[in-house]
Amino acid sequence: MNKHLLSMHDVTAEDVVRILDTAESFREVGTRVIKKVPALRGRTVVNLFYESSTRTRISFELAAKRLSADVINFSTGGSSVSKGESLKDTALTLQAMGADAVVIRHSSSGSPYQLTKWVKASVLNAGDGTHEHPTQALLDLYTMREKLGRLEGLRVAIVGDVLHSRVARSLSFGLVKMGADVTLIGPPTLIPPDAPSWGVQVSYDVDGALPKLDVCYVLRVQRERQRLEYFPSVREYSRLFGLTRGRVGALPEGALIMHPGPMNRGVEIDSDVADLPQSVIEEQVTNGIAIRMSLLYLLLGGSGSEEASADA
Amino acid sequence: MSGQKLLDAEDIRRVLTRIAHEIIERNKGAEKVALVGIASRGDHLARRLAEQILEIEGTKVPVGVLDITFYRDDIGLKAEAPVVSETRVGFDINGVTVVLVDDVLFTGRTIRAAMDALMDFGRPRKIQLAVLVDRGHRELPIRADFVGKNAPTGRADDVRVLLEESDGEDAVVVEEAG
Repeated sequence: MNKHLLSMHDVTAEDVVRILDTAESFREVGTRVIKKVPALRGRTVVNLFYESSTRTRISFELAAKRLSADVINFSTGGSSVSKGESLKDTALTLQAMGADAVVIRHSSSGSPYQLTKWVKASVLNAGDGTHEHPTQALLDLYTMREKLGRLEGLRVAIVGDVLHSRVARSLSFGLVKMGADVTLIGPPTLIPPDAPSWGVQVSYDVDGALPKLDVCYVLRVQRERQRLEYFPSVREYSRLFGLTRGRVGALPEGALIMHPGPMNRGVEIDSDVADLPQSVIEEQVTNGIAIRMSLLYLLLGGSGSEEASADA
Repeated sequence: MSGQKLLDAEDIRRVLTRIAHEIIERNKGAEKVALVGIASRGDHLARRLAEQILEIEGTKVPVGVLDITFYRDDIGLKAEAPVVSETRVGFDINGVTVVLVDDVLFTGRTIRAAMDALMDFGRPRKIQLAVLVDRGHRELPIRADFVGKNAPTGRADDVRVLLEESDGEDAVVVEEAG
């Protein structure tokens, strides 16, 4: 495995299988009365969040704590960042404090990569701009494999604002790597022009796609990232691309409904649809902790050097 | 396979029958006894012991499997994080005598990790240890309660336990270090 996880391009298909298999063991730890193991005792994990986030930050924090690592949360409000400190100076400070892993979320694409130039720690990308969000993709792959038994050959549609979605990019790369059949669906203005080069298909027709799917992955309409008007109105978007109560019946029996959260109920997904039994949105959150434990364990549980392996 | 055969299939069968008798004798029955095998081969041995105990005493003892990877004392010392396998302890261990079962007792570090792991599942009344082979060279003050075979070995020798369930045959082979 690579020392850092910046992008789904950093992991091979075998790495993905290992990450998901290891997460399986951590799921078991999550069912115990004492949900904690001593695997990363004495290591320090820093959560460096330049963008607001509840579930990803808490998920990483809980994952590190359940591995017995020490966790430092560093968010921009109330820290030296609000006094104008640059990312580089913050990174050097963390380096001087001896962080073993840095989990970073930042609104600028590529900032996790920049960070790897300045710190010795393993860097985990928890979402950078409109680039990637690999831990979300891995927890989604885990959820699909757990519920449907395989990834190869799965027919998955990713519906909505693909252009601004780092989740859609990471998930597409991951699914294609694992041999799934991916279709991106959304208004033409919200489909990135280079999408065909990802190895996916593109469609603008939700209703035509639904009956053939194993997974319908609904993306959040990210109004905070949209500087221009990409579609005429929320109501029209919901009518054309939302997973509505009227539309959901077209999905085959056993097909999953997924969403990375937080949901805009009534916009991209109807409230009752989100609460259907085939919607696994809560399971995604639970699996997120196990996946992040697995990643921290695999990235920090080795010495990273070959010489140290001599004494077994 | 090269090396010297320490136990063959018949020996292993007899040894496990004896250990099953000893477990019953020591605990005056098997009512409040559970077996927990340490992955990967201890769990096969634990299941076999449970079958023997059922045959001898008519008591069905619960069997679990413990992966001790997360409790190892050498995480971060090897190049890659150690590979993890399954843990399944599907019963309450509080107030129960738990017999840990492993194939080879060597440095004792695995058993230390297993005891720590077990304590995270509750508070057993007692922990006992059953091993197929004790090869010596302890690095911690740990001793087995039930031993199949004591085998004096060199520190660098390779002791390999093969079991039907995972390797297609039953045997214990010692390969001396060259």
